[in-house]
Amino acid sequence: MTFFLQLVVTGLAQGMVYALIAIGFVIILKCSGVFNIAQGHFVLMGGYLGYTFLVPLGLPIWAALLLAIATAAVMGLAIERLMLRPLVGQPVLAVVMMTIALSTVLGGLATLIWGAEYKTYHGLLPTLNLTVGAVSIPSESLIGLIVSLVCVALLMLLFRYTRIGLAMRATAEDLQVVQSVGVKVTTVYAVSWIIASVVGVIGGILLGGVSGVNMDLANIGLKAFAVVLLGGVDSIGGSILAGVILGMLENVAAGYLDPLLPGGGLAQVFPFFIMIVVLIFRPYGLFGLARIERV
Amino acid sequence: MALRTGSFPENYFQDTAVIGSRLNWTLLTGFLILIAVCPFFLSNQMLTILTTMGISVVSVHGLNILTGYCGQISIGHSGFMAVGGYASAILCAKFGWPFWAALPCAALAAGIAGLVFGLPSLKIKGFYLIMATIAAQFIIIWMIIQLRSLTGGTDGLAVPKPMIAGISFGSKVNYFYLVMAVSVLATFTARNIVRTRAGRAFIAIRDNDLAAEVMGVSLWSYKLQAFFIGCLYAGAAGALVVHYFSFASIDQFPFMDSVWYLGMLIVGGMGSTTGAIMGVVALRLLDELVTVAGPVLSAAVAPQAAASLALISHGLVIIVFLIFEPRGLHHRWERIKSYFRLWPFSHEAAE
Repeated sequence: MTFFLQLVVTGLAQGMVYALIAIGFVIILKCSGVFNIAQGHFVLMGGYLGYTFLVPLGLPIWAALLLAIATAAVMGLAIERLMLRPLVGQPVLAVVMMTIALSTVLGGLATLIWGAEYKTYHGLLPTLNLTVGAVSIPSESLIGLIVSLVCVALLMLLFRYTRIGLAMRATAEDLQVVQSVGVKVTTVYAVSWIIASVVGVIGGILLGGVSGVNMDLANIGLKAFAVVLLGGVDSIGGSILAGVILGMLENVAAGYLDPLLPGGGLAQVFPFFIMIVVLIFRPYGLFGLARIERV
Repeated sequence: MALRTGSFPENYFQDTAVIGSRLNWTLLTGFLILIAVCPFFLSNQMLTILTTMGISVVSVHGLNILTGYCGQISIGHSGFMAVGGYASAILCAKFGWPFWAALPCAALAAGIAGLVFGLPSLKIKGFYLIMATIAAQFIIIWMIIQLRSLTGGTDGLAVPKPMIAGISFGSKVNYFYLVMAVSVLATFTARNIVRTRAGRAFIAIRDNDLAAEVMGVSLWSYKLQAFFIGCLYAGAAGALVVHYFSFASIDQFPFMDSVWYLGMLIVGGMGSTTGAIMGVVALRLLDELVTVAGPVLSAAVAPQAAASLALISHGLVIIVFLIFEPRGLHHRWERIKSYFRLWPFSHEAAE
């Protein structure tokens, strides 16, 4: 039972980070209709940026975080301006291929700057230990959980109370109406990319603190897609819940089934099984809007 | 499509001919003869490049039918190649089948895998289908690792050299002829499949699936047919890859290859058989350039520069084509031809 609870708790904290990354994906999708395959590479950049500011530069954690966020914002803005703006109104394939190409370029840049070795800044993030009964919650997971919750709350406040948040919600609702009342849609697109990039980088710093940073960190993006599909692509609340569900399921399934399977590695493929099941039986996810096509 | 000057078909047979003019026949025959004689004066390294190009051409023709003509985007093509490759490897190595029998069975196995993973396409499209095919890629590779007793898991599987009618295809030159024969056959069938009833249905589905369904095109049947045919090609290409290396391993079918095949399609031009070949040739040449330039750059800048050059150049090519030439090399080639057709009165060519 303790084993099970331990798996659930670890999965819960991990799932919150998945949810945070998935939210970045959902924000871009809702505002500009772009499926950002490169979201996982924002996470990768986050891990490396966290490493750079914490280890070689030796900055305190708050300065490292602020600098990483600033870098992420510039990166998001540049990507939107240079790559996605020319493709507004192009078919899905062009846009998706653009974000895939973006992901390879980001991966290439990361390899060029940081090399292929494994980087770690384990122990440099603040620690926080908590033990409930027999279940101990790992410090990194707890920090991840708290930071993710704070980020989600901040995003909720942004959408609820600011002008740009209102513009973003309106753009997600109806692009043409928003344009006709004079909202600058290009600004909305740019802001959505900045938010997605920042959120991905924060997730990357958190995950990098747990598992270290190398190119595999980008694969977390693929898990975020499973989260997004399960929650419904256009629902932020859905992706939070789905992130938690997937994080827990993945940990429990891997914990119990991996010893039974010869090759192991179930945690890596598990999200894809979820993806296929969701796509076959409930393509719009748990909370997504069912799309009805009319002629 | 503008008719060529001086082309006067007198009967229906001439009108529907794939190769319309004497000039085209001459060029095609010349090209085939060139391929047939090139092992005599090309180095082994060049032959390797041409062989990989030929295998990619087979695979990309399949992806072109599925994605370029039917509009069903697949980023799991390399996974379906793995199905074909391993099917052929298992049949040859474990059951002692001859190569000529294993190749069609490999294609068929990949086609059936394509049918299974194509099932979601009946309910979903666009991005959702992309995710389903990405999932297909990872699930297929995972299953190959799991079925260790059959596939050798991560250790891979040694495959005997192919033999057809007493001729061994173990040598580079012989294998080159085999690959070229298959890719010419693949090009011929791909070119003709899209001119059949099914091909027209594919195009109708790509352009507007609702309208196609209203006109009586069965989406259920034709989408699955597109998946089946596209993956047949992938399976054949996978079998060719495995026999070329005499070894089957999951490293031969990485996820990035799936992306790369789609990149070839974008660079060459979607929905055009010629474009598919152009894309393969262009991007394989880029690959070779990277292989040559990589070590130089590594020595000059940093040891990891070669790996990053490959990634960055691959990404940048796709980005540049998407922004500046979204219809690909084939479209540009047609534009150039039509410019010179009316030269020097080229202003009339502006359609």
